[in-house]
Amino acid sequence: MTFRSSLRVAALAALATAGLASAAQAQTLLNVSYDPTRELYEAVNTAFIKDYAAKTGKTVKIEQSHGGSGGQARAVIDGLDADVVTLALAYDIDAIAKSGLIDPAWQRRLPDNSSPYTSTIVFLVRNGNPKGIKDWNDLIKPGVSVITPNPKTSGGARWAYLAAWEYGKRAGGGKDAAGKDFVAKLYKNVPVLDSGARGSTTTFVQRGIGDVLLSWENEAFLALAETPGKFQIVVPSVSILAEPPVAVVDKNVDHHNTRAIAEAYLKFLYTPEAQEIIAKNHYRPRDPKVLAKYASALPKLTLFTIDDAFGGWQKAQAAHFADGGSFDQIYVPSGR
Amino acid sequence: MAGYVSAHRQGSATLPRRRLTEPALVRWTLIGIALAFLALFLAVPLVMVFSEAFAKGVDAYWAALEDPDALSAIRLTLFVAAIAVPSNLIFGISAGWAIAKFRFPGRNLLITLIDLPFAVSPVISGLVFVLLFGRRGWFGPWLFDHDIKIVFAVPGIVLATIFVSFPFIAREIIPVMEASGTEEEEAARVLGASGLQTFFRVTLPNIKWGLLYGVILCNARAMGEFGAVSVVSGHVRGRTNTMPLHVEILYNEYNFQAAFAVASVLALLALVTLVAKAVIERRLARSLAAHDETAAPESA
Repeated sequence: MTFRSSLRVAALAALATAGLASAAQAQTLLNVSYDPTRELYEAVNTAFIKDYAAKTGKTVKIEQSHGGSGGQARAVIDGLDADVVTLALAYDIDAIAKSGLIDPAWQRRLPDNSSPYTSTIVFLVRNGNPKGIKDWNDLIKPGVSVITPNPKTSGGARWAYLAAWEYGKRAGGGKDAAGKDFVAKLYKNVPVLDSGARGSTTTFVQRGIGDVLLSWENEAFLALAETPGKFQIVVPSVSILAEPPVAVVDKNVDHHNTRAIAEAYLKFLYTPEAQEIIAKNHYRPRDPKVLAKYASALPKLTLFTIDDAFGGWQKAQAAHFADGGSFDQIYVPSGR
Repeated sequence: MAGYVSAHRQGSATLPRRRLTEPALVRWTLIGIALAFLALFLAVPLVMVFSEAFAKGVDAYWAALEDPDALSAIRLTLFVAAIAVPSNLIFGISAGWAIAKFRFPGRNLLITLIDLPFAVSPVISGLVFVLLFGRRGWFGPWLFDHDIKIVFAVPGIVLATIFVSFPFIAREIIPVMEASGTEEEEAARVLGASGLQTFFRVTLPNIKWGLLYGVILCNARAMGEFGAVSVVSGHVRGRTNTMPLHVEILYNEYNFQAAFAVASVLALLALVTLVAKAVIERRLARSLAAHDETAAPESA
């Protein structure tokens, strides 16, 4: 190689790396999330972009996609190039892991089962609570119309289904048959299944269908804030501790070269600053100090975990939501 | 198929005007019902869209449209239509030409296939592309190895849009092409015109109004498509959301005024389309009528 041609190669290489460097400076992260977190991540992203720029001097752009948790997982498996997934339940991230995109041990990579916050399922009723709904057993009364999304596609709906099951089981002396009987009666009162939590909220709040919405706690508070004086929250005696987890999509970040940012982004969710944002959006923060500060705003109720009541998501999914599971056995679409 | 073609021709061109013989009461009741339905299902929603869009004033209206995500949705919708409509124009003319001017084995099959997108649900049309080009689809592994993104990116949206809107142009020009027959082209060729000359000087002028009408319908569908696009979009804001998808997102975020503002742009596009359609429809009827008179003076 002559001196001249090697000079040329060096110049080209310099250009190429310069191109890479500038690409790295305006890197984009795609966060594929579930339905009700739109407002949460809008606030978190703004804070993270600022924080990341202050710490590293790099600008990062974060794109959002929202939909029913199960559907979003499906889209990532089918090729939606998410850098991070922030879904409603661990099973959906497990499904992505099973397709080979995420390390199977993902849930141990971040604190608290990779769930930077928790939430639960509460009831949203029309103002004055005309049907007198106080607890789960009021939902199975004839003439009460219950709105909840489709457990096949929505994470919130699966949490709600399991909460109802466990309530029925406990009320019926701890027998699984009692739980099944209870959800069967409950879903007879469900006139329509939307595909995601936000769709159900729209059905209940804007289209005025139904007497009670089984809702994410944060979603119920948001509906109260957006339409003051029209609804009220009813806190049941017992509900489920929902742990919506987050994970870096390993194969995609390695491909996009965004692992560092993606990991920083998820770790940021555990910082006091992000935990504050989480609490302000009516999710339950993990940070004890932040939790104490917002405790008065979060209703107190008995919460059970999915591990205690159902032996974890893998078991719960197989028993209840897989094809032929308990949901398929009890659910008869109305109008048939 | 052939029945559709000839009925269309008679209906628009050679049916003589008959005097209405029904009693006035029946006539006015029917007209009244039609007008009431029009008002209820077309005029009221339209007024609703615009009144909601301007519910918070003109500034809020512009703010909703100037939002980066809204702008990107508008851009994407126009971009997709700008690819889908010309592709379907080429496809429609070739298919129309083949079907109207030639007899070949599989001709009826082709006519049926053109109607396929009308027959299948748009959601299925979208899913087909996910099954073909998704990571676990037929071509998925190869595409991902070569870093080519189709579904959950703009190419997938374009493909799905082309699929759902491709019958419109072919469907519109086939009757016109059949009506004009092959004699003029044959004469042109005999007189020494080349293939392209024949097409641009003889065929195209004959079908231009039908073609424009088809383009307008195709464009309306391309910009308004929700179902198929929703399946392949991935819903990434500012990147893969078209206008109809963006309207849904805004609506679901309690942002009604902004949702209706974006919807009003779609409605405006639809109104422009309707006006253009009405004008072209009238010209089309006239050109067909004129053609029938010159083509078959004896039968008139």
